[in-house]
Amino acid sequence: MEPAGGDHRWRPHGSPTGSRPEQERMHKLIQCAVVGSALALVLGVRPAAAQVDFSGEWAPRFHEDQPERVPGPELGDYLGIPISEAARLRADNWEASIQTLPEWQCRPHSADYIWRGPSQLTIRKEEDPLTREIIAFHAEWLRSIDNTIYLDDRPHPSEDALHSWGGFATGKWEGDMLTVTVTHLKEGYVRRNGLPRSDRATVTEHWMRHGDFLTVVTIVNDPVYLTEPFIRSTDYELDLHQHVPPYPCEMVTEIERPRGTIPHHLPGTNTQVQEFSERYEIPFEATRGGAETSYPDYRKKLKQMPLPARTRPRIEAQ
Amino acid sequence: MSRQPSPIAHTAREHDKGFGCVGARVLRLLCASLLCASVVLPPVLSAQQSDIRVTKVRDHFFMLTGAGGNVAALVFPQGITLVDSGRLEMSDKLLATLRTLSPLPIRYIINTSADPDHTGGNEKLGATGGQITGGNVAGQVADAGEGAEIIAHESVLDRMTAPSVKPPLPIRMTPGTTYHVEHLKLSTVYHGDGIELFSAPAAHTDGDTIVYFRKNDVLVAGDLFSTTSYPVIDVERGGGVNGEIDALNHILDIAFPDFRLEGGTLIVPGHGRLCDSADVAYYRDMVTIIRDRVQDQIKKGMTLDQVKASKPTKEYDGLYAGNGSAYTADMFVEAVYKSLSKNKAASPVRAPALAPKAAPAGKK
Repeated sequence: MEPAGGDHRWRPHGSPTGSRPEQERMHKLIQCAVVGSALALVLGVRPAAAQVDFSGEWAPRFHEDQPERVPGPELGDYLGIPISEAARLRADNWEASIQTLPEWQCRPHSADYIWRGPSQLTIRKEEDPLTREIIAFHAEWLRSIDNTIYLDDRPHPSEDALHSWGGFATGKWEGDMLTVTVTHLKEGYVRRNGLPRSDRATVTEHWMRHGDFLTVVTIVNDPVYLTEPFIRSTDYELDLHQHVPPYPCEMVTEIERPRGTIPHHLPGTNTQVQEFSERYEIPFEATRGGAETSYPDYRKKLKQMPLPARTRPRIEAQ
Repeated sequence: MSRQPSPIAHTAREHDKGFGCVGARVLRLLCASLLCASVVLPPVLSAQQSDIRVTKVRDHFFMLTGAGGNVAALVFPQGITLVDSGRLEMSDKLLATLRTLSPLPIRYIINTSADPDHTGGNEKLGATGGQITGGNVAGQVADAGEGAEIIAHESVLDRMTAPSVKPPLPIRMTPGTTYHVEHLKLSTVYHGDGIELFSAPAAHTDGDTIVYFRKNDVLVAGDLFSTTSYPVIDVERGGGVNGEIDALNHILDIAFPDFRLEGGTLIVPGHGRLCDSADVAYYRDMVTIIRDRVQDQIKKGMTLDQVKASKPTKEYDGLYAGNGSAYTADMFVEAVYKSLSKNKAASPVRAPALAPKAAPAGKK
């Protein structure tokens, strides 16, 4: 597809050995180009023209991973995620009650997880008031923070700068696709069952709009808790009747406990991590996740594994 | 609903005039200078060339990284208030960097502990400044106007002036003003902000101070908090894991997040990047969880070697070990084990003075 506004690159119409008037014209054009380039350098680099307008109200579509996206994932379900041994250990020792601590009650989903969250999305565009160029998109979900994606070629902050739930995100156009690079993330999670994502992680997002549908691919690289990039795609549909309301969150005392208590399981004591395997009759080894379990070939190995003894009521897959 | 945006997630237009790393500005200034064919480089550039990085925390508040422990600098109309002073050998570079922020004299240096990577520059930096108090009476009160005032917990002075310190440290490297209570307020006019000092007994050592700048809403944690290593718990100098956890919870008591648990009170750690309360909460959780594990193992009668072999920090090592720090996971586990085995948090705050220990090599 032709970029919006057409291709304005200058193309010579004559051959290099054309007529004298043509050469003079070309000479003037080159002079203009040099002066123009110099002016552009002095005045600063302008943001690239926006190719596609992503602004609007977007409703999530839950045809993928519905159990994870709405009710939340099962404890101990690490299937298909390229987690490291350290991530597995943290999740095994994670106690969901930690989220009742005042420090965590109002924690929003981070930029990499929020796409797969259960919330509706609004995307606003920020324009330069003079040139009307789009200089940023702002993506905000219910219960999230404002995720700003800068489009004006600004550099990412230094390694010493503050991290946030949305991170620091910049976007580049690749044709009609917006590729977003996110750094400076606070620690988050790849699933809501304790699988962590560290603050060293970076995320690449590809935003693609096809008419009234928005598809976003997120690629998470985490040197601490992932052994391979973790890739997911998520779909939204334009919804003209949607409005994302504010969500003021207040911290309350959910559970009275002695000061300083942090809910967690001591290593090797959490039997809940086996429930997923037993309920769905999936080999326990497979539920432990890891890069191998994210590839199709793993199904062959899966068939060779013994099934767990069913000790809990079976829950049919939805 | 009106709210303040995250310090690094402003609108594109706000970001240009607000918060941002000085390095980015330096880059822009450099480009502008080159385009204008100017041979005069902006003064901030020299800071970047000296291995010391400057991060703007608030309009007049800066975090300086690379001189040892992090240094916090508040520039106010009458001078500069510093928290910590880096390593001795970095004093000249640190001073040169401070001069790019303000030509005003250094008035006060508050030490968060006695560690050499936080107090090493006391003498050299302090000598370039002067306390406001001595201004008009220096002729009558000997030495009153010479040098910045150095403030710390009394245990810091005890450690630095102990007879066992050989050779003795220069007197101007040591605190001239100390406190020994839980909490001390420093006046706004003379220090540039309403500054609160909170003693954190038996934590990293027995002389740690949390420094809170009320108006700027910035808290300087010293080595109670780091984004690059486990907390250095110096049991021999009165530190203890329970005191460490208490101190982290105290920081969380003081700090207010802005919106959805981010922003608000900004926190300068002893080492590593700029933080807010959520970062401290993650760290507090980690220290508490590891403390609980080691405590459980001690109850089961496990020896220190057995505890170390069980790798109770394993899932956190990727975050807090191996970042160039010489303070290893094993050293942290050993400190936790020893402080819990003593059946008390640590030695009393005013314990007999011992020589300051050299900071682990990795604490740079």
